[in-house]
Amino acid sequence: MQGANNRWSLRALHLFVGALLPLSILAVWQYVTAAGMVNAILIPSPKSIAAEFGAMISSGELQRNLGISAWRAMLGFLLGGGLGLAAGLWVGFSIRTERLLDPSLQLLRTLPHLAVAPLFILWFGFGEMSKVLLIAKGAFFPLYVNTFLGVRSVDRNLFDVAKVLEFTRWQTITKLIIPASLPSIFLGIRLSIGISWLGLVVAELMGSSSGIGYIINDARSFSLTSVIFVGIIVFALVGKITDSIVKLLERRLLRWQNNLKGAGS
Amino acid sequence: MLEIEGLNKTFASPSGDVVALHQIRLQVEKGQFVTFIGPSGCGKSTLLKIVAGLDTAYQGSVKLNGKAIAGPGVEKGFIFQEPRLFPWLNVERNIAANRSLRDKEVCKQVDELIELVRLKGFEKAYPRELSGGMAQRVAIARALLRRPEVLLLDEPFGALDAFTRTHMQEVLLDIWENNKTTMLFVTHDLDEAVFLGQRVVIMNPRPGHIRNVIGIDLPYPRKRSGSSFQELRSRVLSEFEKVETPAIEIGAGI
Repeated sequence: MQGANNRWSLRALHLFVGALLPLSILAVWQYVTAAGMVNAILIPSPKSIAAEFGAMISSGELQRNLGISAWRAMLGFLLGGGLGLAAGLWVGFSIRTERLLDPSLQLLRTLPHLAVAPLFILWFGFGEMSKVLLIAKGAFFPLYVNTFLGVRSVDRNLFDVAKVLEFTRWQTITKLIIPASLPSIFLGIRLSIGISWLGLVVAELMGSSSGIGYIINDARSFSLTSVIFVGIIVFALVGKITDSIVKLLERRLLRWQNNLKGAGS
Repeated sequence: MLEIEGLNKTFASPSGDVVALHQIRLQVEKGQFVTFIGPSGCGKSTLLKIVAGLDTAYQGSVKLNGKAIAGPGVEKGFIFQEPRLFPWLNVERNIAANRSLRDKEVCKQVDELIELVRLKGFEKAYPRELSGGMAQRVAIARALLRRPEVLLLDEPFGALDAFTRTHMQEVLLDIWENNKTTMLFVTHDLDEAVFLGQRVVIMNPRPGHIRNVIGIDLPYPRKRSGSSFQELRSRVLSEFEKVETPAIEIGAGI
């Protein structure tokens, strides 16, 4: 089919355009490092980073530590995100709860990870608890704020419809408010996952004996720059992949939306 | 039967109270089709909201089958100006809304209603894929599934083009003849009011009150081009013109 053919070639073109910048940077980088124009200890060549990557995979070191990191990030996200979702719904439903809780939560929201991390370590030690809680603290707020906004922006007119159709209070929540705020909740989930990875790095850099953050920190003390690069690349890749998965899920669940795809897609 | 007696409604506004409805008195027999017509601000939509139970801040008595209206409910189906469908539900789920399609009886009735409002083949379509007329028919089916005693329609076809509007009027008359639901239909379209109603209630603004009620004693289906239709139309129009004149003053059209 002509149309399908066109779409595929267009997609290939987009992929090519998107890859243009990183590929040329890689080429220049490789050239500069191979020519000895920069200190190889500070900036290793892409080739040696790739070799390091291969070595870490074949030794199983990378997979093991990535598994540990992913587990921590997931626990923290589920705990913090889950609480954020619940709090967002609760505060969204009731002005009274908003008055009670929102000011305090907004106060806590702006606290940086690095400021509270020492406290968490003092309270909960260097174990898993402090790490998961630090990640949860970060994951809480994007979901809280976006769920809250989603609930509050439900079309008022539909509440009249719900009244005329005799929706019970429970039905109004599950059949009107939650589906209507799902787009905002998804935005919150994506932001929360991003913050979870951020919190993970902070937690693992602060003190840990496993995980990708630990690998980076450990490599720093031995000036193994290529290992640091591998760690950074892994974080970037995993972040992008999880985001793509959530986006896919979002596209499935929000098929009813008009404005899912931006203009010019 | 719907009985409205001594109904008064005032809105509080920054510049003092505004009388929206003044001494409304009206009786609508079960199964009757009544249309309401009048300029903007005559309170016809407010009257409909009160009958629906969506507005309870009024004085006077509004009774459906002898019982005062306490609040909104399925026995008083309401069709808004916009279809107000749930955008995340497809057509059949929108009609079912808070009823489960897994219930065989509900499923069967939804199928029948889809047939009645002529939407066969669009069961799985989402609201964004529907035209304005189709969406409004979904809204009508959604109200009818609850077997309302009375159907309240607030300028439901106002946003539609002339052809779609004529079609929708025929669909609505079909439904009425099938179900014998009492219809209260608010419009600002003179032809629509005369074409649909057994009685046309003409309303006047400032304060909103009923100016006159004209019986349209024509058999259905009506012919717009017929001489008796035109005669009744001009009778309503002349009443309507008496209404329009005092309405043209500063602040008209709010």
